Amino acid sequence: MSQRLPSGSATPDLFAAYKQTPDVADELFDATGRMRPVWRRFVDRFTRLSPEEIHTRFERGDQYLRDAGVFYRQYSNDPLTERAWPLSHIPVILHEQEWDHICAGLAQRADLLEQVMADLYGPARLVTEGHLPADLIARSPQWLRPMVGVKPVGGHYLHFLAFEIGRSPDGSWFVLGDRTQAPSGAGFALENRMATGRIFPERFPRAHIHKLAGFFGAFRDAMEDLASASSKRPRVTGIMTPGPSNDTYYEHTYIARYLGMMLLEGEDIVVENGEAMVRTIEGLQPLGLLWRRIDASFADPLEFDARSQIGTPGLMEAVRTGHLAMANALGSGVLEMRAMMAFLPRISKVLTGAPLDLPNIATWWCGGAAERAYVRDNAQNMLISPADAVDLPFDLDATTALGGEFRGAPKGSIAEWLDREGDNLVGQEAVTLSTTPSWDESVKGGAVVPRPMTVRVFAARTASGWQFMKGGYARIGRSGDATALAMQRGGSVADVWVVSDRPLPKTGPQLPDEGTFLRSSPGWLPARAADNLFWLGRYLERFEDAARLVRAYHLRLAATDNRNDPRLKSLHLYLAGYGVDLDQTLPEALIARVISARSCATKVRDRFSSDGLAALNDLLKTASRMTATVQPGDDCARAMSVLIRKIAGITGLVHENMYRSAGWRFLSFGRALERADAMAALLAQFADGQAPEGSLDLAVEVGDSVITHQRRYRIETSRNAVIDLMTLDADNPRAILFLIRAMRTHAQALPRASLNGRPSELLRTILPLEARLACAHPDEITSEDLQGIRAELAEVSDLLSSIYLR
Amino acid sequence: MLYDLSLTIDYSYDAASDRTRNILRLLPSDITGVQKVRQRLLTVSPLPDERRDGTDFFGNEVSMVAWHHPIDALSLQLTAQIERFEPASRLDLSAPLKDLYREVIAQKSLAASAPHHFLASSPRVPILPQITAYGRECLTPDMTALKAVEAVGQALHRDMRFDPEATDVDTSPEDAFENRHGVCQDFAHVMIAALRGVGIPAGYVSGFLRTFPPPGQPQLEGADAMHAWVRAWVGKEHGWIEFDPTNDQFAGTDYITIGYGRDYGDVAPVKGAVRSAGGHRTQQAVDVIPHDETPS
Repeated sequence: MSQRLPSGSATPDLFAAYKQTPDVADELFDATGRMRPVWRRFVDRFTRLSPEEIHTRFERGDQYLRDAGVFYRQYSNDPLTERAWPLSHIPVILHEQEWDHICAGLAQRADLLEQVMADLYGPARLVTEGHLPADLIARSPQWLRPMVGVKPVGGHYLHFLAFEIGRSPDGSWFVLGDRTQAPSGAGFALENRMATGRIFPERFPRAHIHKLAGFFGAFRDAMEDLASASSKRPRVTGIMTPGPSNDTYYEHTYIARYLGMMLLEGEDIVVENGEAMVRTIEGLQPLGLLWRRIDASFADPLEFDARSQIGTPGLMEAVRTGHLAMANALGSGVLEMRAMMAFLPRISKVLTGAPLDLPNIATWWCGGAAERAYVRDNAQNMLISPADAVDLPFDLDATTALGGEFRGAPKGSIAEWLDREGDNLVGQEAVTLSTTPSWDESVKGGAVVPRPMTVRVFAARTASGWQFMKGGYARIGRSGDATALAMQRGGSVADVWVVSDRPLPKTGPQLPDEGTFLRSSPGWLPARAADNLFWLGRYLERFEDAARLVRAYHLRLAATDNRNDPRLKSLHLYLAGYGVDLDQTLPEALIARVISARSCATKVRDRFSSDGLAALNDLLKTASRMTATVQPGDDCARAMSVLIRKIAGITGLVHENMYRSAGWRFLSFGRALERADAMAALLAQFADGQAPEGSLDLAVEVGDSVITHQRRYRIETSRNAVIDLMTLDADNPRAILFLIRAMRTHAQALPRASLNGRPSELLRTILPLEARLACAHPDEITSEDLQGIRAELAEVSDLLSSIYLR
Repeated sequence: MLYDLSLTIDYSYDAASDRTRNILRLLPSDITGVQKVRQRLLTVSPLPDERRDGTDFFGNEVSMVAWHHPIDALSLQLTAQIERFEPASRLDLSAPLKDLYREVIAQKSLAASAPHHFLASSPRVPILPQITAYGRECLTPDMTALKAVEAVGQALHRDMRFDPEATDVDTSPEDAFENRHGVCQDFAHVMIAALRGVGIPAGYVSGFLRTFPPPGQPQLEGADAMHAWVRAWVGKEHGWIEFDPTNDQFAGTDYITIGYGRDYGDVAPVKGAVRSAGGHRTQQAVDVIPHDETPS
């Protein structure tokens, strides 16, 4: 095939393995075997790269994704395994004319879906007039009865859609599936684009590729309009996510950050008097719109699936009363039923008088005798599956028979099965997809090979009609087999470039004129996010505190080699009180604290830097690795020093890089509170008159104040000196007074810090404590006082929680 | 027959429950040819911060109630006066079983009364092979749909033991059938599964039974609490019929209807998550007394 490559290619061998499959369309070559012009310049560039350059560039793209922390989950495996995003490094390239043609067809389809939706939740004329079987709709778990008769805010049900499309052997495009419930992938498409930008940074091809950003801007504007449509006052918009265990949670956090929307879980929202409200640190704020990434049946346990733990009771009521807009409306999943494809072509003619511009995958509902017979006679070329399955045709989990053979346990003969369960079965043509260039590393030096693909196209409803993302993402099959079944798991995902013949003007998001510059406000902080940040701070500190104590223990163990030494025994006992078992060289409790911290950080991924999260993962990995090998004594002490330095890196990131938002204050507040409490506990134990000899030194060491102590007091450690330095010194960042001051400063900066000039209850609890310590003499601070301080800190924590965090 | 109905349901929570939101399906309503509500009153205490009464998809009366502050107990009191009509003649106009499916398909409607909602598995009542096989055993090929419903109901009454201790509100029809025991909810769920399995659209009815039987008749099972029975669609001509498998009879003048649904989940009298850490207890008391016997 090298003869078809542009002249001057330095390494035509890259494409030597690129063999078109007979009777399969290809993206790179047209039916006559000529390279499509839209690829020419890309291929020309690409073939000039040496294998080393290609490797380096691909690695750069992968590194971008790793640094950005892009991942997805697979439910089927360990629910908490995060998988690296499987980027296929070579983009799919389509000409803008072809793309516009596709989008015109999809716009027609989107309008049709809206009409069907409005009918199914309205008069159901399509059913009474016989264009859709009543039984099919009534049995679908996606058709939500509480939505029948409910008019959506703004008049439309569908606002954000995705279409999975493929190219037939004859070169035309067709739809494999409509994603109408809560389509995922648009955020991943953005990340794909960022990654391929690292791989192919040259002005060409970049200047010719349509940008993706404008699409999101238009959709956000549309959502904001819709959010305020039901009332005159502005209302907030949010993205409703099922939470961190969802397979595309990363994308939810990414889009929330990208669009500046709140990322909300069910418990962030309450419904009062028919209005959905967000619990924020500033109280309940009315919600105008939710971009729903949670399946509708889980959205409200009161009216849909009662087992759902991730929804908001009453959400349906907020929709019913017309106060809350949903993108998309609850119940839109009914359009995803595979059987719907069997009826849409006819419905299009009935409702619009026109056939579908873009056909969908040929589908037969086996409830009809003629259709059943057809599917039976052509079972060899069919996927047969439940009619109400909503998976895409190539997600074979839902497919029960393929090519005339049962997958899994047979259900008698296909014919019997169709007769028995035909009402709930559909046959779908086992389609052939087109192939596109993909990099195969298994070939020595790498080679470009043809792989089947489907493209996901995203559409958003805006004031000026449906707008389409100019580009999207393509799923690339793993093997050369071009039938749809090859698209199941294990494939990869490529960027889709929609290119123009001429360089495009540099646009980017529309920038307002200089004069109208507005700094956007940081927005509301949901109470749950604040809670997670607060606890992130506390767990980080709890970990560090324990690590210092473990280090102190093992340093002394190395010096004495005697676990029965009174100081060692008292440390052992002290830590046991916190669930830290010093019989384990690297106590499991330490790992548990990092896991808790990471769990909090994961839940605020939209507000915590990916570097911070990566550093936490690194800390966890290091600590887990050490568990297996670490030896008591010096070795463990050194290991703790490594971990302490790593946590210092994380807190440094927080301190140096995190925007001074309310979220940062909660994190810092949590850390200060935990540290003050730990210090008070430590001193109550080790600065007590009853403590074994050497305990004061230990307190100074654990408090990380050895150098200051030496410089300031130059004498042997005395209790007064230690209490002064660790409790009353306003310049020592580990002293209790310093920490309480920090807490007071944060409390003053939080919303509702004062009411009519009077400090809030929280401040009224902190201020007397601060004043008392500011005036105290070390002599006056007894161990009982220190315990008393701890009790007051607990009260501060409870108050903070009850005022801001629930 | 005119009845005075009173119902009390009391909940108490170990820990105060914050932001409680419930959906109540307790109010009876008029049903043409079946019953007429002369008076009705549902009292909720403590007084909810929100209450909105409306109807759901199946036409049942629903009361949405919510409290914005923590509550540690909840009391629901229903009083009503309801006239229950004599059922129309029991002439069997139902479709022959073999024709029923054709008649179902011919009903091109998604209205609440359409049979299609009640033909497939529903969240609490899946169609199960073992129950379907049991249902099929009860049938003969020449039966009408009405006879089939009666046959299945009678068989279940014969084979299942009424046992208020054996099951709870979350027991699946699979378990109840396996052990052949349960209360009215279990009898109804198993019968619905069996009817759907053999192609007869079937749903769940919640309501009340007359507390004391007319003189000379046996006490009915399930009269001391809310009751449940089954309705089935037996053809275009005859429409819906109601059968009580717990007491082996068609629902007649002793029955007062509260709600229709696909299964218990659609008509649960009190629905709603309790945001409370501890457990809760509940108590129910029912009286359904013919008006002329009511002490005044």
